[in-house]
Amino acid sequence: MTVKAMAGQELAERLSQAVQESVERWDTTTVWIDPPRINDVARFLREDPSLDFQFLNSISAVDYIEYFELVYHLTSFERQHTAVVKSRVYGRESLSVPSVYDVWRGADFQEREVWDLMGIHFEGHPNMKRIVLWEGFDGHPLRKDYL
Amino acid sequence: MPIRTEPMTINLGPQHPSTHGVFRLRVTFDGEEILEVEPIFGYLHRGTEKLAEERNYVQIVTLTDRLDYVSSMINNQAYCIGVEKLLGVEVPLRGQYLRTITAELQRIASHLMGIGFFMQDLGTLGTPLMYCFRTRERILDLFEMLCGARVTVSYMRPGGVFADAPEDFWPALARFMEDWETEFGEIEQLILENEIVLMRCRGVSPLPLETAINCSVSGPVLRASGLAWDWRKMDPYDAYDKVEFDVPTATNGDNYDRFWVRIQEIHQSARIIRQCVEQIEPGEVRLKLPLVLRAEPGAEAYGRVEASKGELAFYLVSDGGISPYRCKIRSPSQINLTVTEHLLVGWKLADMIVTLGSLDINMGEVDR
Repeated sequence: MTVKAMAGQELAERLSQAVQESVERWDTTTVWIDPPRINDVARFLREDPSLDFQFLNSISAVDYIEYFELVYHLTSFERQHTAVVKSRVYGRESLSVPSVYDVWRGADFQEREVWDLMGIHFEGHPNMKRIVLWEGFDGHPLRKDYL
Repeated sequence: MPIRTEPMTINLGPQHPSTHGVFRLRVTFDGEEILEVEPIFGYLHRGTEKLAEERNYVQIVTLTDRLDYVSSMINNQAYCIGVEKLLGVEVPLRGQYLRTITAELQRIASHLMGIGFFMQDLGTLGTPLMYCFRTRERILDLFEMLCGARVTVSYMRPGGVFADAPEDFWPALARFMEDWETEFGEIEQLILENEIVLMRCRGVSPLPLETAINCSVSGPVLRASGLAWDWRKMDPYDAYDKVEFDVPTATNGDNYDRFWVRIQEIHQSARIIRQCVEQIEPGEVRLKLPLVLRAEPGAEAYGRVEASKGELAFYLVSDGGISPYRCKIRSPSQINLTVTEHLLVGWKLADMIVTLGSLDINMGEVDR
């Protein structure tokens, strides 16, 4: 009665069939998807009955200097499995990716936090403003070039 | 003739005794009814994630104490499990049991705080809270025996615990396990079937299971809405796969259910501690690891535990250096706040404080 991590290859095959040109690559545990397709992929992950990822554990952002990586940890209570989906966003300035707010309400504060601390804007989020810092704060402190 | 009033916007907090820290709610009222709610936080933001990038893996343990400062043992545990996954090492059996015992003691202490302050929010001036403090104080004394600190414990280390329990810890724990049920029984008798508690909490601010899942709610709040999901069972860590316990759930997800689930979880925690004390055997408590830890470049781990507030996770990424390249903290208190709007809109001012208390948030963890 324990959760299983879903294999990257299996998930990648399902995703590339369902959402055209969404999968960039995969390894044993993770699938990388094309940033503009995040919302479509998220909707499929949640609504497909055999995947059934109803629960968004967390959204993390990592600054790798030449690109940012968004990491979505997902769980299905019904199917008792987990998955990791990542997406690479290249560049440093005016970054924007689709929000998953309309798929998982739990993304609300987490996407705002990514914007606040990492500076990645989420298109379609109804309340995209800073969350732990104040409006008017200069810069995004979790970036590696913020000192 | 009905009296028409203008909607009024007021701030609750950030300096308000019933917001459990420096939390602010901007609320729009029509008379006494809530029309709009916006939770605003960040007043306690210390940049823990950024600080973690500047410290080595062992030093970060002290930062985790200061997240949810009423359940620091469980924060230590979550972080250490993350680092152990990153390094691919396993804790010696005695270390695992000691961790399970201390984490469950901490869960009792944290839930006692949740219950005590919830009663305080209902308007009972002091008595139940002091009853809860009495029991919690004894748990803190036990922690003091283990590591010299009561609140910011830093007892656990990647690879085990900092030191074995002193000899007089075990009789003290046995005495506590004997007495606590009588002490807690007094609290239960006072509050569980109390007519005022029932009238104020039954059916107030219910949270449907679908909304709870969609809003990424976890922990006792999710279980009160009817889903028996506990990471201690579903993704066992430390000694949880060697002990038996139940996952209490309720059905309505109202304020009373959230409060009731916490009380039942305290009993389950005691059950786990009893089994651990029976099963624990002499041995090493800490894996021999280098003083300065290094993980493989590119390694990453998602260390997850069922904390007293919900799913607490550390997402660690390594670049081969002596500190994590990224240390993201998934804090249950913050994400549980996603449902505040859903819970509060349409209810009255007096229920607002109670509902907030039933979520049992901790600002140290919300703001990090």
